Amino acid sequence: MSEQNTNLSEYIPDVPEHNGFTKVVLELGVANHPGVMSHICGLFARRAFNVEGILCMPVGSGNTSRIWLLIFEDERLSKMIKQVEKLEDVLYVRQHVGEHPVFGRLDEFFQ
Amino acid sequence: MMQMTGADLIVKLLERQGISTIAGVPGGAALPMYDALSKSEQIHHVLCRHEQGAGFIAQGMARVSGRPEVCLASSGPGATNLITAIADAKLDSIPIIALTGQVPLSMIGTDAFQEVDTYGLTIPITKHNFLVRSAKELLTAVPAAFRIAMSDRPGPVLIDVPKDVQNQMVSFEEFPDVVVPDAAPSFDIAAIEEAAKMIEAAERPVLYLGGGVIHSGAAHMAVTLAEQASLPTTMTLMALGAMPMDHPLSLGMLGMHGARYTNYVLEEADLLICVGARFDDRAIGKTAEFCPNAKIIHVDIDRSELHKVKNAHVAIAGDVAQVLSELLPRVKPQLRKRWLSHVESLKGRFPLAMPGIDNPRSPYGLIHAVANCLDDNAIITSDVGQHQMWVAQAYPFRRSRQWLNSGGLGTMGFGFPAAIGAALAAPDRTVVCFSGDGSLKMNIQEMATAAQENVNVKIVLFNNQSLGLVHQQQNLFYGKRIMASRYERPTDFLKIADGFGMRAVDLDPAPNPRATLAEALNTPGPCLIHASIDPNEFVYPMVPPGAANSEMIG
Repeated sequence: MSEQNTNLSEYIPDVPEHNGFTKVVLELGVANHPGVMSHICGLFARRAFNVEGILCMPVGSGNTSRIWLLIFEDERLSKMIKQVEKLEDVLYVRQHVGEHPVFGRLDEFFQ
Repeated sequence: MMQMTGADLIVKLLERQGISTIAGVPGGAALPMYDALSKSEQIHHVLCRHEQGAGFIAQGMARVSGRPEVCLASSGPGATNLITAIADAKLDSIPIIALTGQVPLSMIGTDAFQEVDTYGLTIPITKHNFLVRSAKELLTAVPAAFRIAMSDRPGPVLIDVPKDVQNQMVSFEEFPDVVVPDAAPSFDIAAIEEAAKMIEAAERPVLYLGGGVIHSGAAHMAVTLAEQASLPTTMTLMALGAMPMDHPLSLGMLGMHGARYTNYVLEEADLLICVGARFDDRAIGKTAEFCPNAKIIHVDIDRSELHKVKNAHVAIAGDVAQVLSELLPRVKPQLRKRWLSHVESLKGRFPLAMPGIDNPRSPYGLIHAVANCLDDNAIITSDVGQHQMWVAQAYPFRRSRQWLNSGGLGTMGFGFPAAIGAALAAPDRTVVCFSGDGSLKMNIQEMATAAQENVNVKIVLFNNQSLGLVHQQQNLFYGKRIMASRYERPTDFLKIADGFGMRAVDLDPAPNPRATLAEALNTPGPCLIHASIDPNEFVYPMVPPGAANSEMIG
């Protein structure tokens, strides 16, 4: 038995490449309390899913916040969104395709 | 108007949720909660010897009862010691509530004594977590923790409570309502009808059951579906017992250590009906080559599991029991004589080989000897390693929640404290923990807890003086270069058990090991049953990690 196995080795799959150039903007409604941002950013970081821009402000009475995320299109995006939707503090996720003005107007602060 | 401290409120809220046993280890930042527990007549506190033991005892209780159970630890090292048990609960979708003490609010962030960012550390390993900043918040956080832990896909929830919040007085009009699970998501009946049509049209369907079937209490419905549509049925490690192993349609466990015929049947399938499973890599091998010719129906309560690893042709996000109850009346009875007789012939040609099954001094033989002493009421837990796979292959599981093991995280040290928890939750059952000498040492201190609680737990120790599965992989895949997988010095487990006040028997010198085993299993109370195993016994078949399931060795 063992003799025939000397040529075997463990297969380690390669890291798949995920790079896109199309920008996508995600709009998240979330509960407003310390820690929510860590929950969300942790999901992206773990999967090496780079977040290019983040904006967050409270809305209305301050019980909820809105987070805008700027990311590059990636084949894993729909799976990523499903993971974000599972978070208890995330109330909704909307996906905006193309150049959404929310980040465009910020350009002057990053010159 | 009621007034009490945060700590008293926590205990009252736990009592109202029906909690009667808590496993924990006290410490400075948890002392107000312990003081409150001293006044509880309902809650029995099990003092563990390590917080990880407490976490796994809570898991053992939850895996048997199916409802959230609680573990308790102090701040800093108490909390970090809980982490492995919490992560384990996350991967196996087990509802536990972890309560941790924290340094006072004003000291958070100052590197205070025994301060650690428990909230931050547990974000990725909990379903949800709370850092409670006022006693009033407990009125919402504690019920929410229970609701979240048991709703939809179950999971662990952590509540971190600073010491001053535990001491803070809170006034309120009435207790919050006792929480029940949220309603499961609704699903589309059209998808159910489509699934029924696919099952009817399939020539070589296979039913693939996962732990979700157990969590949903749907095992009997899954078996009915299999019988009605004549579906050969395979189970993941987490689903063993959903269909009795001796059922004519059972293919046993699939994957890395599944029987050859099981993986061959899957390779030929033209339809895979995946119910409450998640296409784990240990189950499916190389993704692209798993069930290469099959259409897929995937039922899971967690929407993010659908299309995650394999794209499904019909994906249904719903509770397994609810989905099956809609599916069953729509599935036409079929005999499928050709397919079933083909499956039978594969089973005959490529059965699970169990060498030594008649010898109680060999792995399979010992497992069968244990099974012969027990009935289906017994609960079987295991640690992680070769013994776990042998038990998964060979033990005749016949009901849900009969089999508790660490499937997703694969935590050595799980089995024994989980067995204590199982015995606490089901004191009328015999609980057997199959363990290895590597695994047992990882939570061996809980022997003191088992002796203290006098639980009816029997450890069946497969002692090969090595980390068997590592040893096996080094032999098979690393040119037999054995590195750090053999223990040079033997451990006298009998003396250790004796030192902790736990009975121990040794099958090695026993002239009639079956009789010694039967006597030990049938005598109430905790007992260590020691058996030496040849370190060169390997678990076969084996799919090399990353390879396709058809590439089995052995």
